[in-house]
Amino acid sequence: MPDSTTTLRPPLVTGDKTLSDVTRDICEPMARRPTALWWGAFSISVAALLMGVVAVTYQIATGIGVWGLNKTVGWAFDITNFVFWVGIGHAGTLISAVLFLFRQKWRTAVNRAAEAMTLFAVMCAGIFPLIHMGRPWLAFWMMPYPNTRGPLWVNFKSPLLWDVFAISTYLLISAVFWYVGLLPDLATIRDRSAPGWRRRIFSLLCLGWDGSARTWHRYETVYLLLAGLATPLVFSVHTIVSMDFATAVIPGWHATIFPPYFVAGAIFSGLAMVLTLMIIARKVMSLEDYITPMHIDRMCKLMLSMGCLVGLAYGTEFFIAFYGGNGFEQFVFLNRAFGPFAWAYWTMVVCNVGIPQLLWFRRVRASLPLVFVIAIVVNIGMWFERFVIIVTSLHRDFLPSSWAGYAPTIVEIATFIGSFGLFFTCFLIFCRIAPVIAIAEVKGAAHLKKPHAPQRESGAEKAA
Amino acid sequence: MSSRVLIATFDHEDDLLAATTAVRERGLRIMDVYTPYAVHGLDRAMGLKPSRLTWVCFVCGMAGALGMLWFEHWTAAIDWPIDVGGKPWFALPSDAPVAFEAAVLLAGFGTVFALFGVARMWPGKQPRKIYPRTTDDRFVLVIGETNAAFDVQSVEQMLTKYDVLKVEEQLVT
Repeated sequence: MPDSTTTLRPPLVTGDKTLSDVTRDICEPMARRPTALWWGAFSISVAALLMGVVAVTYQIATGIGVWGLNKTVGWAFDITNFVFWVGIGHAGTLISAVLFLFRQKWRTAVNRAAEAMTLFAVMCAGIFPLIHMGRPWLAFWMMPYPNTRGPLWVNFKSPLLWDVFAISTYLLISAVFWYVGLLPDLATIRDRSAPGWRRRIFSLLCLGWDGSARTWHRYETVYLLLAGLATPLVFSVHTIVSMDFATAVIPGWHATIFPPYFVAGAIFSGLAMVLTLMIIARKVMSLEDYITPMHIDRMCKLMLSMGCLVGLAYGTEFFIAFYGGNGFEQFVFLNRAFGPFAWAYWTMVVCNVGIPQLLWFRRVRASLPLVFVIAIVVNIGMWFERFVIIVTSLHRDFLPSSWAGYAPTIVEIATFIGSFGLFFTCFLIFCRIAPVIAIAEVKGAAHLKKPHAPQRESGAEKAA
Repeated sequence: MSSRVLIATFDHEDDLLAATTAVRERGLRIMDVYTPYAVHGLDRAMGLKPSRLTWVCFVCGMAGALGMLWFEHWTAAIDWPIDVGGKPWFALPSDAPVAFEAAVLLAGFGTVFALFGVARMWPGKQPRKIYPRTTDDRFVLVIGETNAAFDVQSVEQMLTKYDVLKVEEQLVT
């Protein structure tokens, strides 16, 4: 196995740390008072969240007629946001599970934050279909429970129901994976805190973890199993999301390429979001020794490869529309590129396929401001991808007399901004109350050097 | 029944690994080892058998998949038969996604709760006060003094070779 401290590979943790330095560096920001910067970001996020709460309350009280939908475009902003947020969630599981199975040790610096991001993104995603139901208090009808209507069961053959199961399983398993990963670190914080409420809370949460090797041995087995379960799960989730579209007969949706195309896009957008958050977090929380330029570089390479896959999917879709010889399909694709929503289509192409090509250059990957900008651009591009797929396929269908346009209303935009408010509020709270870097995993992966001279604490002591 | 144990503290995984191997080769009883992170190869050094939790995972996963397949079939074809798009009554492809999700959900939760069960973990459990720094930067090897012939001096002597920081005798109940 290659040693990560050789000259060939840059070290995972820089700055010549000892084990207790790692503990201190990651735990100390949590014990300190939040900075003015944190309060600033937090108040903006809460304000956005409140705006979202007002918008959601209004649209539920009034009815979703306040959206810009019409009888031709029945899915637009809301479902775009749903797919956008689910996609963002995927990078967390990719980093924590898929890279774990591939033994990529650099993942330890970013997996905790990426998993938290997954949880919050899936929460944001879940809100949109709930609102779309119009009567969200009846959402439990999606669950197969014995009821007084027959019992009338749910339709297990519908992709929309698959989605309910996929998203809720994904949320639950991501939460369990995250919590299990946190256990050793919660114990570390417990042992660092002075007796008091803080210690009691962490003592309750860490389930009496004491670092016993027998527990570690079982824990590692369980972690591997969870990674093995989460990997097919993450692919299934976006596959099923894509089937919401692919099993319909609408030209532009009815395509077998959708599952891999959606999964690649999801991971692409998720990596962009991880990069956005990590570049800020390492600066604000002074974690430059843990999230090094090497980590950013590797995530950029992953993002670039996913971007190329997405580009390939765009090309394949277009080619198959031409090659398949279906007039309706050809029309939809020409309409995408040159119709009324051409601006959205070309924004998508430039943001997702064009600009990320800059990441081929090492100098670009080494420049954090540039990477940050590219990550934001990819986030925007991936939102437009979903918008293009959903709206352009619907707005001009088989019957020209029912062609229509679509523009979001202020309520829809406020709801979307509100979802960002929820996401960042949760993330900022997470940064304050939990270690943002997996302490135990970093210690295990970093191969820290032995303290220079072995210092005997005292001679052999005899207890009575 | 109370017994005496020898607690050896180290500050690097390499020392701990070598010491654990040596202690085991000498035929001494390793009560447990406490480490701040999962030390690679420690299970082999301690002679731990592979965990049977994989079987729990497998059984839970199978139960989830088969149980959900049966439930989907029972609801859609037996309890209230509904023809959806002319699909056959036993429609495996369209039943597979939910069955898969149920398998993952049950396997994941089953395995984690089984871990909590076998490792005796519950909210609010107080850890054994071996050495608080084992969750920070110390590696602790606990050797059981199995009989009267246990020679503390010579074990200590042996552990010094592995840069042991501290050796302590303790009475545990």
